[in-house]
This record gives sequence, structure tokens and C-alpha cells, in this order.
Amino acid sequence: MTALEITGDIAVLGYGLAAIGPGVGVGLIFAAVINGTARQPEAQSKLQSIAWIGFGVTEVLAIIGIALAFVFKGTGA
Amino acid sequence: MIAGVSTEFIPPGPQSFETPPIFSGVEWFTKPVLVATLSVIVIIWFFYGASRKAAVVPGKLQFAGELGYNFVRNSIARDAIGSKDYMKYVPYLCGLFFFILLNNVAATIPLIQFPTFSHIGWAYVAAIMSWVIYNAVGIKKKGLWGYFKHQTMPAGVPLWLMPLMIPIEFISNILVRPISLSLRLFANMFAGHILLLVFVLGGEYMILHSGSIAIGGVGIVTLLMALAIAGLELFVQCIQAYIFVVLTAQYIGSAIADEH
Repeated sequence: MTALEITGDIAVLGYGLAAIGPGVGVGLIFAAVINGTARQPEAQSKLQSIAWIGFGVTEVLAIIGIALAFVFKGTGA
Repeated sequence: MIAGVSTEFIPPGPQSFETPPIFSGVEWFTKPVLVATLSVIVIIWFFYGASRKAAVVPGKLQFAGELGYNFVRNSIARDAIGSKDYMKYVPYLCGLFFFILLNNVAATIPLIQFPTFSHIGWAYVAAIMSWVIYNAVGIKKKGLWGYFKHQTMPAGVPLWLMPLMIPIEFISNILVRPISLSLRLFANMFAGHILLLVFVLGGEYMILHSGSIAIGGVGIVTLLMALAIAGLELFVQCIQAYIFVVLTAQYIGSAIADEH
């Protein structure tokens, strides 16, 4: 039995690490929306539109990560 | 497309987005240009048809057009810019929203299946247009000095913090906004398209070229996953069009907001 050979680019691992923070952030945003909606159902549409803006601002961190993963691709060993 | 001769799997990458000219000799007329042109024609047809025979009791097309227009006007422009002077910006926001929406959804429509904004140049132009507009309306309303003061010196911050605040606010409000606006749209479309390619090409490779029944079975599951991801991507495409326009409206609103 031969050892499993994994090939690829280390930048992808870096992107995986970079996606942790935005993942937690997006989760917190929608957790807050769910909490707010449970407390005050009539505020749902207002909360949601704010949440999408926050989502966009948080998500861009993960997006920058994927862009940089392509930028630094193959520059290492 | 990947050549079927080679038996080694070639993963999709940025080279999957290199679109050759559709007619040889016309270098600039590539697939994104074709998709964008088609989307503009569809948008013109849709809104012309919706408003041509405007009646008090709307027909089907007029109803759909009013639904889309009202969505942009009420829940994007009015909420973000404020009910006093939002009407001026509705035409731009409405056009921008439907242009981005159609070009994103083109990635899901069969036979087209290419998101225009996965070529970063398109995203740059859309973001620069929004950047010029929100800066221009801010400068027009407050004057050059007043506008920079408004954007870089938030009210209520003590004076000794200003040397720290001004560079941070300038970078985040003037410099980073167009970059994040364009990168967000571009990378979402790019990553979504690559994700789909990985699942579809990988599934095809596993079924047709692996030569093993077990791996072929996994390939079928992979293709089913691709269907689910296509659904997720459709959602992401609509959300990205919405976020781009909401943020543009938000930037315009913050540029012309009065001090409080």
C-alpha cells in the first residue's frame, strides 16, 4: 500500500484559515437577526436589510482571502 | 472546455475564464460582451414593454415591471438615501441593479452559463462608476473641503484622536470602498463558477475516465451536488446584485447626509 500523495497549493490552506473569521462573523450577524426577529417580529424586514449590508461587509474579508489565494498561488515551493 | 484525450484530470482554474473571440478577427467581441449586450437588450425590452401601455389596472408585464422598480425605489433607494432626495438616484440604482442581476443570473441560464462579472474589468467599471457618483454628489453638495471634512472627521470624536481618525476614515471611505465593491462582486461570481466547474468536470471525469464502477458512483453523487450548488449560486447571484446596489445607495446616502 502506497502512501496517499496529496498535491496542490498551500495557498488553498491559507484561504481555509482566512475563511474562519468571516464565517464566524456572518454567523453572528444572522444570529442577531434571528434573536431580534424573535423578540420583535414586526422589525424583521428592517433587520434583514441591515443584516445584508453587514453580511456584504463581513463577507468581503473571505473574498479578499480567495483573491489573495490566487495572487500567491505557486510562489512558494 | 477540457480536451477529452488526456486521461489526467485538469482542475479548472483561471484559465477556464479565457474566452476566445466569437468571430475570428473581431478581438473584442467575446462571450462576456455578448452576455452584457443581451442583458441590456432584455432590460430595455422589459421596461419599455412594461411602461409602454401604462394603465391604472396594470397588465402582467406592467405589474412585473412595477414590482421590480418599486423594490429598488422603496427598499433600496429610499431606505438608504432618505426620503428627501432619493428620487434623483433611482434611475441609476435601478439600471445598475437589473444590469448586475441579469449578468449574474446569466451564469445559471442554460446555454449561456457565464457570469459577465467573473472578468474583473467589468466589476472595476461598475464600482468606479458608483465611486465617481457618490464622491461627485458629495462634493457638489458640500464643496471639496467640506466633503472631505464630512467623510474623514466623524462628529463627536475628540480633537486629539483626529490624527489617527483622518487617515483611517480617508482610507476606508474613499480608497477601499471601490476596491471592496468590485472585488466582492468579481470574486463571488468567479468562485461560484469555479465551484460549479469543479463539481461538474470532476463528476464527468469520475464517471467517464476513471474506469472504476465505485468511483463512477461517487461521480453521480458529485453531479447531484453540482445541481444543489447551482441552486445556491442562483441565490448568491441575486444577493450580490442586491448588496452591490444597497452599498452604492448607502455610500450616496452617507456622502450627502447632513451632520447631526
